[in-house]
Amino acid sequence: MGFFSKFKEGLAKTRDSFLDKVGAVFTRRKIDEEFYEELEEQLIMADVGVNTAMSLLEQLRAEVKKRKIENAEELKPILQEKLVELMGTETSALNMNPAGMTVIMIVGVNGVGKTTTIGKLAHKLKNEGKKVILAAGDTFRAGAIEQLEVWGQRVGADVIKHQAGSDPAAVVYDGVQAAKSRKADVLIVDTAGRLHNKTNLMDELNKVYRVLKREIPDAPHEVLLVLDATTGQNALQQAKIFGEATGVTGLVLTKLDGTAKGGIVIAIRDQMEIPVKFVGLGEKMDDLQEFDPQQFVAAIFESQ
Amino acid sequence: MAIFEGLSTRLQETFQRLRGKGKLTEDDVKEAMREVRLALLEADVNFKVVKEFVEKVRERAVGQEVLQSLTPGQQVIKIVNDELTELMGGTQSRIALASKPPTVIMMVGLQGAGKTTTTGKLANLLKKQNRYPLLAACDIYRPAAIKQLQVLGEQVKTQVFSMGDQVSPVDIAKNAVEHAKMHGFDYVLIDTAGRLHIDEALMDELKKIKEAVNPDEILLVVDAMTGQDAVNVAENFHQQLGITGTILTKLDGDTRGGAALSIRSVTGTPVKFAGMGEKLDALEPFHPDRMASRILGMGDVLSLIEKA
Ligand SMILES: Nc1nc2c(ncn2[C@@H]2O[C@H](COP(=O)(O)OP(=O)(O)OP(=O)(O)O)[C@@H](O)[C@H]2O)c(=O)[nH]1
Ligand SMILES: Nc1nc2c(ncn2[C@@H]2O[C@H](COP(=O)(O)OP(=O)(O)OP(=O)(O)O)[C@@H](O)[C@H]2O)c(=O)[nH]1
Ligand SMILES: [Mg+2]
Ligand SMILES: [Mg+2]
Repeated sequence: MGFFSKFKEGLAKTRDSFLDKVGAVFTRRKIDEEFYEELEEQLIMADVGVNTAMSLLEQLRAEVKKRKIENAEELKPILQEKLVELMGTETSALNMNPAGMTVIMIVGVNGVGKTTTIGKLAHKLKNEGKKVILAAGDTFRAGAIEQLEVWGQRVGADVIKHQAGSDPAAVVYDGVQAAKSRKADVLIVDTAGRLHNKTNLMDELNKVYRVLKREIPDAPHEVLLVLDATTGQNALQQAKIFGEATGVTGLVLTKLDGTAKGGIVIAIRDQMEIPVKFVGLGEKMDDLQEFDPQQFVAAIFESQ
Repeated sequence: MAIFEGLSTRLQETFQRLRGKGKLTEDDVKEAMREVRLALLEADVNFKVVKEFVEKVRERAVGQEVLQSLTPGQQVIKIVNDELTELMGGTQSRIALASKPPTVIMMVGLQGAGKTTTTGKLANLLKKQNRYPLLAACDIYRPAAIKQLQVLGEQVKTQVFSMGDQVSPVDIAKNAVEHAKMHGFDYVLIDTAGRLHIDEALMDELKKIKEAVNPDEILLVVDAMTGQDAVNVAENFHQQLGITGTILTKLDGDTRGGAALSIRSVTGTPVKFAGMGEKLDALEPFHPDRMASRILGMGDVLSLIEKA
């Protein structure tokens, strides 16, 4: 199933999905204050956030004035245009190392879906014929190593691990050595979930990042920050601080199979310019899709 | 990136020129309510909940005398804070106790909310109160979920009842309660798999567990960082299961936690505990008043008001 159909299927599960509602705001009506209010409401309800919603509305108001638009229907493609502009028009593929092993580091707050995303990503890369090795860098959470091992078995990827409670940087160091000696194409590093306001834990993460940098030139080639689509405005803070500690290169938006709209990525893109690379649409290994900003935005304006 | 200024600062600015007023006029309040609305939305309180709340406060505030010790801005904040605290309910960090043991508690919620960890924390808390909880491993889906619960069980020295991942969660729950009766456990904490509120098959499974073991508490575990969708989630779980309370996790973060207000207002059930960390002793009673000022981002002004 392609991104679009799968994505729509995920969203179709709910009757009052964002797309229907935002779509409905535009149907057969005049542009008045009430219209703007409703549009703002829909954007905020999708977690786009007050700032980004207000800036979008301001742009729309300006266009309405400039182009002397009266009918809301005519405004719909313009908002769509603005959003596409904002989200970027191209899909952003994984940054792969053209000359040797690619190292991907996965970071994020607790429970967002990091380990699961690693399983899915490994599966995808294996399907592309790559040799993948996983490093069990979450040595803290109960059962985290075992969880990654189950994923390793499922998708056929070796897992490099130490004991629970050991130093994550040491595991990752071993992961790099093993990946080198086994001639892996891709090394994916799992890390423990941590809240970005905990300085000691962010320092620990930065240490892992530096080990990768030191062991392989240009590594990590990709640092993916995993965001839960149900997260509200706090995700902005997450993107900012994880970005500072590990130079985040892309976002993965998980749990988009729920009713949350994931509009927070629009705010992040608006304020921070980090591209979304994948979306998670379920708990199975092929529930990972490349993020296509144009289709994402188009889907926002689909009405049934 | 726009940095959020506390509501208090913004309100102070709005009201700078209104010092020494006798009563709050409709216009003053209207202006203040714009800021309050923004603050609540920035804190992820659900849009509809915000609407209702602001309306209620507006009605109450207009015509009120401004206390001598306060500026009109502080006066509005005081009213907002009072209303918010009231809406959030009193402190209720108690867990039900069945007249005939064991007391059965079901933990439910979305994926990754913190159910399993909180199950471990509750066991820890109960043990400190000289209770004997049994943990039931009813998540047969997530990789290594049983192992996770077993590790936590070991850490708090509490027995974990598991039948592997090939038996239905309904049967595991039933057997766990039987086991508890036979062996003198006075609590059974049922850890269930994370699920979407719109996943009919999995929501059905929870209903069946509920029917089978007749729990004394069904606690919805919610991530404090949840955005606007918190109401849909809470409403659905509540409609389908009749939850008895919620536990808000990851409040050790810097989220403003507006989800707390949304959930409280759509379910009417109390927030019973707050998860304040990953460690097993990081479970605290929930304080509605503190949560109110956290959502508003204005601990500072509150202390000012208290002194006044
Ligand atoms: N519905 C849905 N569930 C998901 C998705 N991705 C992950 N999950 C579930 O979310 C829960 C948490 O996933 P994990 O992969 O353990 O999350 P994590 O970020 O590694 O968690 P920590 O390591 O504890 O911080 C699990 O129950 C996953 O099955 C998704 O795209 N959709
Ligand atoms: N910082 C912090 N982390 C927490 C808290 N509660 C849980 N966590 C973390 O959140 C992540 C998810 O917790 P789990 O207990 O596995 O969540 P769950 O709801 O059982 O997840 P599923 O079974 O996959 O649905 C883990 O990394 C926990 O350590 C809390 O109060 N604060
Ligand atoms: Mg993990
Ligand atoms: Mg669990």
